[in-house]
Amino acid sequence: MKLTLKIWRQKDASSSGKMVEYPINGIEGDMSFLEMLDVLNEELINKGDEPVEFDHDCREGICGTCSMQINGEPHGPDRLITTCQLHMRKFNDGDTIVIEPFRAKAFPVIKDLIVDRTAFERIQQAGGYISVNTSGNTVDANAIPINKHAADEAMDAAACIGCGACVAACKNASAMLFTAAKVSQFALLPQGRVEAVDRVQNMVRQMDLEGFGNCTNTGACEVECPKGISLENIARLNREYLSASVKG
Amino acid sequence: MSGLTKSSIARKVVMALSGLFLVFFLAQHFTINITSVIAPDTFNEWSHFMGYNPLVQYLLQPILIAGVIIHFVMGFILELQNRRARSISYASYKGSANASWVSRNMIITGLVVLAFLVLHFYDFWIHEISYKYIDFSPEDPGRYHAETVEKFEPIWRTVLYIISFVLLSLHLWHGFASSFQSVGFNNKYSIAIKPLTKLFAVLIPLGFIFIAIYHHLNPITH
Repeated sequence: MKLTLKIWRQKDASSSGKMVEYPINGIEGDMSFLEMLDVLNEELINKGDEPVEFDHDCREGICGTCSMQINGEPHGPDRLITTCQLHMRKFNDGDTIVIEPFRAKAFPVIKDLIVDRTAFERIQQAGGYISVNTSGNTVDANAIPINKHAADEAMDAAACIGCGACVAACKNASAMLFTAAKVSQFALLPQGRVEAVDRVQNMVRQMDLEGFGNCTNTGACEVECPKGISLENIARLNREYLSASVKG
Repeated sequence: MSGLTKSSIARKVVMALSGLFLVFFLAQHFTINITSVIAPDTFNEWSHFMGYNPLVQYLLQPILIAGVIIHFVMGFILELQNRRARSISYASYKGSANASWVSRNMIITGLVVLAFLVLHFYDFWIHEISYKYIDFSPEDPGRYHAETVEKFEPIWRTVLYIISFVLLSLHLWHGFASSFQSVGFNNKYSIAIKPLTKLFAVLIPLGFIFIAIYHHLNPITH
């Protein structure tokens, strides 16, 4: 397969970047998208050029590290996958592929396709946890009976890998789906109810402080989420926030 | 207004509640207007009540105007904040792959509806204010039907109204259902909300278009 790649190149956070075109040959349909970039980088290194920097880690769709915008969509044209799970058979010989970093004010570019997503970590640190006494008297979590439906929904929300595709896809660069998933996974369980009021208020406050946009319910985040996190979580976040505002 | 805009979720809720209020008003407006086609005397009677009842004039009317202002001012604030949240735009952005055109362009449909409101206020509201409070014209309970029909005589105004109602329909198509999501109502019990709101978004503007065309085709002969 012969392709033309248009890739965002940016030396560092303070430099301005630009799109650079790279022709590439010999790409197999069975290669993953990241393996295709590996081939390109090998060529660049052999020529003495700077390789394209991109984030990756597990390469099996679990870690959420491989963030990039491919032909206008986060993680490319396929659904319910991360970039490492995207295969080159999704493209045709002669295609031009545009590859850019996730764009959001709250996700500044560090280099080339790598963005700083620590904003998500700060949202988590603001309340995405439960306080458990680990002094030796820890109660077994399974000792508390939990409705199967609630447990399933909490597990679905907990499937969020924090990849940032929701922010990248949203026309407003809103982080509402991520925050909603992180609030929901606790809101549905008795262990999470204890700190529910502070959690939702603190996490939403942090989300706003980071400079993400407002949610306008376009639903793009749900479509592009590699883990299929549903918009119902955003409705739950809204309910939790409204109820916390009344109580707190 | 600063209190209303303090968090992104508060802003969503303000947009949703003001929008729902305006949807309720729209349904009431349509109920009155359709009588101009099927029962002109009832139209005159109801219009006179709306025009002279102190509760409607001095309480409900200011609340309605406040609702409109809050909705569009908040819409502008959201749009500006959202544009700032992505300072560098994508070279390639395929918005149509994951979201409908209507949901991504509420500002465009909203601005057209706002421009229509300026014309609509000029046509009816300014006329009413000047009739009652500037010219001090006497009460005339029978004038409303003729005045309304007369407005739709020029084809340009009828066409402008039709275009505006199509854009209003698109605005409602996303906005009405979206307001329930914003106030947190999206679960297994809300399954009927979406089709019902879409039905409303089509039928009510279509009804207004019908009224405009009907009056254009059936002018009052003097």
